[in-house]
Amino acid sequence: MKTETKHPHSGSVMADRRKKNAAEGIAQTVFAACAFFVILAVVSITLYLLAKGVPALLQVGPGKILLGTVWKPTAAEPQYGIFHVILTSLAGTALAVLLGVPVGILTAAFLAEIADRRLAAVVKPAVELLAGIPSVLYGLLGLTLLNPLIYRLELTLFRDSPDHRFTGGANLLSAALVLAVMILPTVISVSETAIRSVPPGIRAASLALGGSRVQTVFRAVLPAAKSGIATAIVLGVGRAVGEAAAIALVAGGCVNPPFPFRSVRFLATAIVSEMGYAAGRHRQMLFTIGLVLFSLLMAVNAALTKIRKAGTGEHG
Amino acid sequence: MRKRIQRGLAACALLIAAIGYAGCGNVHAVPKESGTSSPAAMEEPEELSGSILLVGSTSMETYVRTLAERYMDSHPDVKVRAEFAGSGAGIEAVLGGTADIGNSSRSLKDEEKEKGVVENVVAFDGIAVCVDRSNTLAGLTKAQLTEIYTGAVTNWSEVGGRDAPIVVVGREAGSGTRNAFEEILGVRDRCAYANELDSEGAVMARVASTPGAIGYVSLQVADGRVKLLALDGVSPAAETVGTGEYILSRPFIMATFGEISRQNALVQSWFSYVLGGEGQETAVFVGLIPVNDIAAQEGGEL
Amino acid sequence: MDETTLYRKRKRPAEAFLLSAVYGAASVSVMLLCGMIGYLFFRGAGAVSWRFLTTVTDVAKKTSGIAGNMINTLYIAALTLLAAIPLGVGAAVYLSEYAKPGKLVNLIVFTTETLAGIPSVLFGLFGMGFFGETLGLGYSLLTGALTLALMVLPLIVRNTQEALRAVPEGYRSGALGLGASRFYMIRTVLLPAAMPGILTGVLLSVGRIVGESAALLFTAGSDGHLPKPGGSAFGTIRSLGEKMLESGGTLAVELYLQVQNGRYETAFGIGCVLIAAAFGLNLLVKLAAVRLRNRA
Repeated sequence: MKTETKHPHSGSVMADRRKKNAAEGIAQTVFAACAFFVILAVVSITLYLLAKGVPALLQVGPGKILLGTVWKPTAAEPQYGIFHVILTSLAGTALAVLLGVPVGILTAAFLAEIADRRLAAVVKPAVELLAGIPSVLYGLLGLTLLNPLIYRLELTLFRDSPDHRFTGGANLLSAALVLAVMILPTVISVSETAIRSVPPGIRAASLALGGSRVQTVFRAVLPAAKSGIATAIVLGVGRAVGEAAAIALVAGGCVNPPFPFRSVRFLATAIVSEMGYAAGRHRQMLFTIGLVLFSLLMAVNAALTKIRKAGTGEHG
Repeated sequence: MRKRIQRGLAACALLIAAIGYAGCGNVHAVPKESGTSSPAAMEEPEELSGSILLVGSTSMETYVRTLAERYMDSHPDVKVRAEFAGSGAGIEAVLGGTADIGNSSRSLKDEEKEKGVVENVVAFDGIAVCVDRSNTLAGLTKAQLTEIYTGAVTNWSEVGGRDAPIVVVGREAGSGTRNAFEEILGVRDRCAYANELDSEGAVMARVASTPGAIGYVSLQVADGRVKLLALDGVSPAAETVGTGEYILSRPFIMATFGEISRQNALVQSWFSYVLGGEGQETAVFVGLIPVNDIAAQEGGEL
Repeated sequence: MDETTLYRKRKRPAEAFLLSAVYGAASVSVMLLCGMIGYLFFRGAGAVSWRFLTTVTDVAKKTSGIAGNMINTLYIAALTLLAAIPLGVGAAVYLSEYAKPGKLVNLIVFTTETLAGIPSVLFGLFGMGFFGETLGLGYSLLTGALTLALMVLPLIVRNTQEALRAVPEGYRSGALGLGASRFYMIRTVLLPAAMPGILTGVLLSVGRIVGESAALLFTAGSDGHLPKPGGSAFGTIRSLGEKMLESGGTLAVELYLQVQNGRYETAFGIGCVLIAAAFGLNLLVKLAAVRLRNRA
């Protein structure tokens, strides 16, 4: 950072003439240190997870862990396959997004474009409130309201299949529904902001060309708000993949391949629920799961950055 | 602006002072490094002060909380704090020096003992097999229970109940309760669970709210929300566990780094309370079996 | 309302479908979300009482109270902000006032976004290992607060940065033109002007801190006792200082544990308290934004 100390602020004539004094130098160093702290934090978290997660990965073998399907960490011959856990995280998130995002975007379009102002003024604070409440509450509601309902559905659907392992309503479907509801407020509120920031000219142009209100919303406004909506989706995905507390109990907790009526375990919940009891290699393995989760989130993050760039490229 | 900065500085100074004092105040509580543990007698043997930190098993929550409350009543200057993060976390914390005592609801592993962790058994606990209240069954045999948990039997009608699917609920891998349950039944790692939940209360709540569910919980946690099943005709209770008639039981352990005699005065006083009359009474109060009852019968080991 | 148009509207079945989808989705989410709030209050209001709010849980007497958890929540929030605000605002000032756009800035922006994307479980793992074990802080409010400080840092950086960007260029050139040094200009002109944005970031951070459970479970722990009353001012500071190095569970952690243990009534009670807190915070964000905008 020494190389780029004083650089005149854009266009300021007086900047070069300002007196250099000690306070200035210190201030700049302190500000720079703060900025570097952010890099330091990310680097140390990454290194920490690598240091804690990689040894177990190498000792057991990446293939056995990432593609293994049996998770028996405490057996006499322990097996640490997390393939099903990874698949569950992917499938659960996909299902949640599939259910939650369309509803969220349509609701946002309704609030921003169609609803009258008074209704929107009532609904919006409620949505913001729900975006801010702890995710555990969604889990609590899932446990007390959703699980019994899903169990009833399960009893009806599988009445004649003796091979089915009944889950009591705690399964992938329940978890995905909880996640879908959980990401709903975030998706609504971010996409609504994006839709509202579409320049009024676009609407006016569409209407002036004879477009109906629905055509205007779907053909002109939503495409213009594309990048903001994409951000909303990616934020939703990120929240769903990383969520642990809300679905720890709703999903059932067994390591199974992800089918709607199977009891399953997600990556994030695997860490939270076993960290308490795990010891030795089993404990290291939970850090390995952390590492896998981290890589997954990095991929989501990379997608976000790409979308942002594409979005700015379009407008600029 | 300057005033605001001054105020900020003052606040920072206060905070730093507070941290400093905290450091001093906590000296008693910091667990000793291995080998350097100071002699038991500190300057003020009568008036103990400071804090003790216990970390570990969720099954032991009620027991440890009640013990802590009662102990603090008689030792007002001592603060007993307890974290219920799981048996493994407790032993890790003792090894890492972040906790004075690690609560464990499973016996210590040999590798843990080799590292210097000492197993202090403080009470025994029964494991109760429970079903939801609408279940008509009164009891199971050991063989039936084994078949249910391994997935050979999937409907209550096969063991004499109504025609309803069985939802098999258990604890997560690594749990002390699960460990003991599977060990005693001889179904280690052969169980086909439909739900693996990570606390006693979660199993209770799941069983209570799901028709057709079966689960196992610590005997002292079980309450009226669920129905307890007799095993081979013996109903689970403190007495039957004490006499050995009821086979599902396991020890509660408060692990320390090094022998109790090498701990600081606070921890020693805690153990003399826990293993003494009042402490063992507390064990009975919360539904556990005091350590002497069992020790008298079978030499204390499980 | 379109009866008076000159040309009769063409019926478009696809359009009717889309419109009904919009109405359907909106009513589903509105009913869902409002129903949730209503249900939480319906189930939880009974558990909230004066004793629930002002005492701590007593196992022997079988009463539950969350006073200790409320204090812990405030304490952790204060500690977290104390660490995160200077760092976050400092980083944002550097990014928008000092640094040249280029690779370095891109790197910092990228890492800020990365930090924002890390799930809270992983912050918990890192905090437990690094602050708790490596630095030896154990299960303590301080460990929890440092962990959360990392977690909310991006929120503060981003909001401050946006607020600084919104300060008109004229403010800067004006102050510098009058002979002010850059640091003086930042202190007296930029930061006050950017205050609403910074405040928004801070309040959003408070929201995350209050709602967080996974990251705190293995760092700050779950103890629900009240700090011992000090007697004197000095004693109070001392006991607060001690508390910082002791474990303590926030409301959200207690909520998580109550859910885990199947004690749903208490859990719903805590849920009500948390929703009330979230409502208050949202109100504050709006009020602060409006007031500061008027002043500016």
